[in-house]
Amino acid sequence: MKSKIKSKKYSDLITFGIVIIAFILMQGLTSLGLISSLLKGLLVPLCCYSILAVSLNLTVGIMGELSLGHAGFMCVGAFASAFFSKVIVYYNPSFPAGLRFFFAIIIGALFAAIFGFLIGIPVLRLKGDYLAIVTLAFGEIIKNLINILYVGLDSDGFHISFKSSLDLHMANSDDIILNGPQGITGTPNDSSFFIGIILLLITLFIVLNLIRSRDGRAIMAIRDNTIAAESIGIPITAYKMMAFVISASLAGVAGALYAHNLSTLTALPKNFGYNMSIMILVFVVLGGIGNIRGSMISAVILTLLPELLRGLNNYRMLIYAIVLIVMMLFNWAPACIEWRKMLVAKIKNKNTSKKEVA
Amino acid sequence: MSFVNHLINGISLGSVYALIALGYTMVYGIAKMLNFAHGDVIMIGGYVTYILCNKNGMNGIFSIICSIAVCTVLGMTIEKVAYKPLRNAGSPLAVLITAIGVSYLLQNSALLGFGADQKSFTSVVKIKPISLFGGKLSVTGEVIVTIVTCVLIMVALMLFINKTKAGQAMLAVSEDKGAAQLMGINVNATISLTFAIGSALAAVAAVLLFSAYPALSPYSGSMPGIKAFVAAVFGGIGSIPGAFIGGILLGVIEILGKAYISSQMADAIVFSVLIIVLLVKPTGLLGKNIHEKV
Repeated sequence: MKSKIKSKKYSDLITFGIVIIAFILMQGLTSLGLISSLLKGLLVPLCCYSILAVSLNLTVGIMGELSLGHAGFMCVGAFASAFFSKVIVYYNPSFPAGLRFFFAIIIGALFAAIFGFLIGIPVLRLKGDYLAIVTLAFGEIIKNLINILYVGLDSDGFHISFKSSLDLHMANSDDIILNGPQGITGTPNDSSFFIGIILLLITLFIVLNLIRSRDGRAIMAIRDNTIAAESIGIPITAYKMMAFVISASLAGVAGALYAHNLSTLTALPKNFGYNMSIMILVFVVLGGIGNIRGSMISAVILTLLPELLRGLNNYRMLIYAIVLIVMMLFNWAPACIEWRKMLVAKIKNKNTSKKEVA
Repeated sequence: MSFVNHLINGISLGSVYALIALGYTMVYGIAKMLNFAHGDVIMIGGYVTYILCNKNGMNGIFSIICSIAVCTVLGMTIEKVAYKPLRNAGSPLAVLITAIGVSYLLQNSALLGFGADQKSFTSVVKIKPISLFGGKLSVTGEVIVTIVTCVLIMVALMLFINKTKAGQAMLAVSEDKGAAQLMGINVNATISLTFAIGSALAAVAAVLLFSAYPALSPYSGSMPGIKAFVAAVFGGIGSIPGAFIGGILLGVIEILGKAYISSQMADAIVFSVLIIVLLVKPTGLLGKNIHEKV
């Protein structure tokens, strides 16, 4: 038992180590000028997607519930934090950028957590595919609402409208912060690869510690057998809510990072729609359900893959799709697993027979 | 009168959703998987009809039959190649992600094959609009054909399921796969048949959908697909009458919401209604409530 705990601890340390080594490697390559500008532009999104994948793995892998609305929480975090930054810039342009971003991240996480809690109340009563479809619905509702929300700020305070920017009755249209489908423009560009890595490390720390804690074991017990867990006195709803809210707030952190990396933030189907939620889910499933390190690595690989295939132009997404299907079949099909086992056994046999001959 | 008009349009849109939802719900009932590629089968069906009928001027009915044939073969192939190997996989998520991969594959194949630009689909229906009550109420030919087709298909499907041997086999497999196999039912063939029927319905739905909403692009299948999926859940996923009722209700809610509340919020309204329904009836309107036994 003790050795098991120890090996888990080592495994966690390896996870942290991978992140730190990746960071040092990238920093080194950047300072030597060996990285293309394309890859440089991808560094912050990579951190962002890794955080999302790790946080979704908490819901899907550890809690065992399928969520298709993770991008919705990211959307809340992104818009809340960008909004906050813009308000701070309006009131006090000389506010230190680092501190402003720190608070913006906290605001993003907080708002996403509040939404996670509100959504969790109805969602966690449902099961399986019904839960999945409701989270999908919530993601779409959040995206839809942000696209019709107009908020402006001037000396009279806030102006809010659900119709159009003209209904805000603003003297100066430059003071509109959230402009419906046009989103938030001019968010201060506070994100950096360094901050992204720090946030990823914090996310990993939170999630891994949760999994290794008593609470984490309770959550996993609920996943494995709800009725048995309930019968030994584990409060099901409370623990499920805890995992769901933590997962949502971490997605909010990723959203804040994402928002402060772009000058224009819009809620399009591409970045916050269900396609994005599904993309994060693909990271989690391909990396291994419940495997935190795996989801991080697969997020990085699957984000880089289309970029590496850029030379193939139009064929790259086609190849991406084929790679995805083949990898799923290779990883999960019982026939394939059997075949892989046989192959491994054969290689092992060969090795041992060779040794015997020698 | 405008209310009645909106209502009829809603029922028409709902009929299309119902046809697509039938594909989702039948596949879910039998294979216990969410077939995310279903929406893209609709898109392919739309392109086949577009190329045959609009581009090459072939007969409308002939093009629809070709489109149904292509979609049926496509659906069965997808099932054989991508889903069947994963039927007994360790996690139900595996097949879900594969379905997403198939969806990407179909979208990007269409992007390469047909181009990214939006095509304008010319309606296949050649019936003139009917005006009632001295011109106060006007119903287009598409609406009439859609509603009639949907009702006919629904009746035929119910008869097929309840009266034929193959239909009974489908019910049996959805109830208990193992027991059905022991009774001598060919489970693989039955699942194949389900995918074939679902995809054929998708082709019909595609023609009706794009006749009414003519914008055809490689991505135009996904949103109707998601809405129909919501309709299937709304009515109780796995239940065929449920898919029908869910589809119609969803279409009516969407059109009425667009007309009377806000056209920009239509999606939010549809999804909110879904959430409210699921809160009151956690397994949808006609879904069976299965109690978990210890």
